[in-house]
Amino acid sequence: MLEIKNLHVKLEEEDKQILKGVDLTVETGKVHAIMGPNGSGKSTLSYVLAGREGYEVTEGSAVMDGVDLLDLETEERAAEGLFLAFQYPVEIPGVSNMTFLRTAVNAQRKARGEDEMSATDFLKEVRAKAKSLKIDAEMLKRPVNMGFSGGEKKRNEILQMAMLAPKMCVLDETDSGLDVDAMKLVADGVNALRSEGRSFLVITHYQRLLDHIKPDVVHIMADGRIVKMGGPDLALEVEHNGYADILAEMA
Amino acid sequence: MARQANRKEAMAADRRAQAEARLGATPMPAASGWSAAPRQEALSRVVEMGLPHRRDEYWKFTDPTTLSQPEPVEAATFDPQESLIFGAVDRLHLTFVDGVFDAEASDSLEGEGIEIARLSEAESADIHWAQGLYGTLEARGQSPVARPLAALNTALAADGILIRATQKVRKPVHITYLHQQTASDAMLHHVVKVEPGAELTLLENGPAAARFNKVLEVDVADTGAFHHIRAQGRDHQRRAVSHIFARLGEESTFKSFTLTVNGVLTRNEAVIEFTGDNATAHIAGACLGDGTFHHDDTVFITHDAVNCESRQVFKKVLRNGAKGVFQGKILVKEGAQKTDGYQISQSLLLDDDSQFLAKPELEIYADDVACSHGSTTGAIDEDALFYLLSRGIPRKEAQSLLVLAFVAEAIEEIENKDLAGELTERLAAWLQRHSG
Repeated sequence: MLEIKNLHVKLEEEDKQILKGVDLTVETGKVHAIMGPNGSGKSTLSYVLAGREGYEVTEGSAVMDGVDLLDLETEERAAEGLFLAFQYPVEIPGVSNMTFLRTAVNAQRKARGEDEMSATDFLKEVRAKAKSLKIDAEMLKRPVNMGFSGGEKKRNEILQMAMLAPKMCVLDETDSGLDVDAMKLVADGVNALRSEGRSFLVITHYQRLLDHIKPDVVHIMADGRIVKMGGPDLALEVEHNGYADILAEMA
Repeated sequence: MARQANRKEAMAADRRAQAEARLGATPMPAASGWSAAPRQEALSRVVEMGLPHRRDEYWKFTDPTTLSQPEPVEAATFDPQESLIFGAVDRLHLTFVDGVFDAEASDSLEGEGIEIARLSEAESADIHWAQGLYGTLEARGQSPVARPLAALNTALAADGILIRATQKVRKPVHITYLHQQTASDAMLHHVVKVEPGAELTLLENGPAAARFNKVLEVDVADTGAFHHIRAQGRDHQRRAVSHIFARLGEESTFKSFTLTVNGVLTRNEAVIEFTGDNATAHIAGACLGDGTFHHDDTVFITHDAVNCESRQVFKKVLRNGAKGVFQGKILVKEGAQKTDGYQISQSLLLDDDSQFLAKPELEIYADDVACSHGSTTGAIDEDALFYLLSRGIPRKEAQSLLVLAFVAEAIEEIENKDLAGELTERLAAWLQRHSG
């Protein structure tokens, strides 16, 4: 599904190398997790995959289902089926959540040559999905993420993911700022979307999210590289011993 | 000292010459009835004040030369190739072409709950309800800041519509101003009187002429309500100066919204005076400018009564070197306690070439008031843009969404949601044409 090879990325403005040769393959239908200490480049990787400005790829590639992501504009990547759940979802005053969702869904359908969704079908679907994430009708009417709590913002990310039905989901620190109950709700939302044709890349600092979203493979990232790969047990090892042991092992 | 005095005198003489040249260029209607006196008085005011000059403080950000000079600058006509805005509304529709009333394209001048007449037809009578209003509100609005182009209008206006609402009028009055001649110079003067408990909606649209000078005097009596929604035409080269003079009685309501897209020069002044307690005035505007576009909103609100609320909301979207100006003043007179005054002017600059100049002013002589003002200038929020793009929304569409969101606060001032929706559609269409 997603094949990242020798990816080197630097900040455009500072000439600072952040990713120094990331190799990572996520198979179709699998859930991979990336863990790592702060500043290891986890979030940068998610932004580069989504096509945020300000980063320069100096070497390497990122291919999704045979399509070179790095050749595409941000919106084209989304239409190809890539979804990034933001660590800090953006507040957009003046644009209602509903308008935003509907514009996004129809833009992607249009880009794929499909018909736009009718207003009634859309409403039906968004209501059902919002309900399962405990997002009430009032939140759908409000401007995007305005006045939402941390938990509501993250649930709103998952709602967008559910509506857009991407094939490759990248979750950037989705657990940050969530209490246990909120995390459970978000994890349930993610688990409900797990399917044979859909892959996940779950970026997290802590193991606890992975108690709820069980990964198939865990990668440890440090200083811009994947330094270790293993099964779900690797996350537990980090939880118990911290990153220091693993990094020392690598040195 | 003598030299300075000489210079001052020379300048005053210049002014007089300029005013006389301008007055000479447009014939004064041969009014023999009730309007003769106010027209004559206005004429004297123009001569006394002189016409606006770019050295005037009040015209610091907007060069009035082409508005003051005797002849208009030619403006190519423009076919917008879209249906008439407000065309689907059940309304009383009137049309002016280059400032000349077009009876063929107008409904007959009658309606339930209103007395309506053309100024040019009504002014030959000896008495009329508009007597005592025509030129009167304009004259009141000349202090503390002179507005000579409005006095010029009172003196020379060729025509206009006089509307008196005596009850809650269901059908809006809609005036369309068409522009068909490249050198047309139009001057219209409307008077609206809303009687106690009555309500009227006035819709206006269109470019009107190569140069358009319009005055709207509105007298809202106690518990009356006046709604005004205007869409200034899309002609790229037109020039316009408009003045609204409103006087508000007790518990009355005044709401005015203006959408401006294109036009090489627009100066919209609104002069609003609270004379009765517990009244409300909202004035809002949104403008979208591309390239050689200069738009100036100048507002002066005088609170001279207790517990009145005034609200000014102006949004400007500017690109390719377009220029926006906002001058807004709230004057709270002694004794005007419990005044609630709010003013916000914001611009969204879509590139580095465009410019927004703002001069917000508060002048308060009462001690128990709540007044606030704010003015901001900014670019499109890159984080918000990336967020929309990451959801698959194409860049142009994402930018349009953000621009519309920016303008939304001003549009929300319109109470009639159908009309607000129609204006939003026009805005979206403009953005579609002016993106990339």
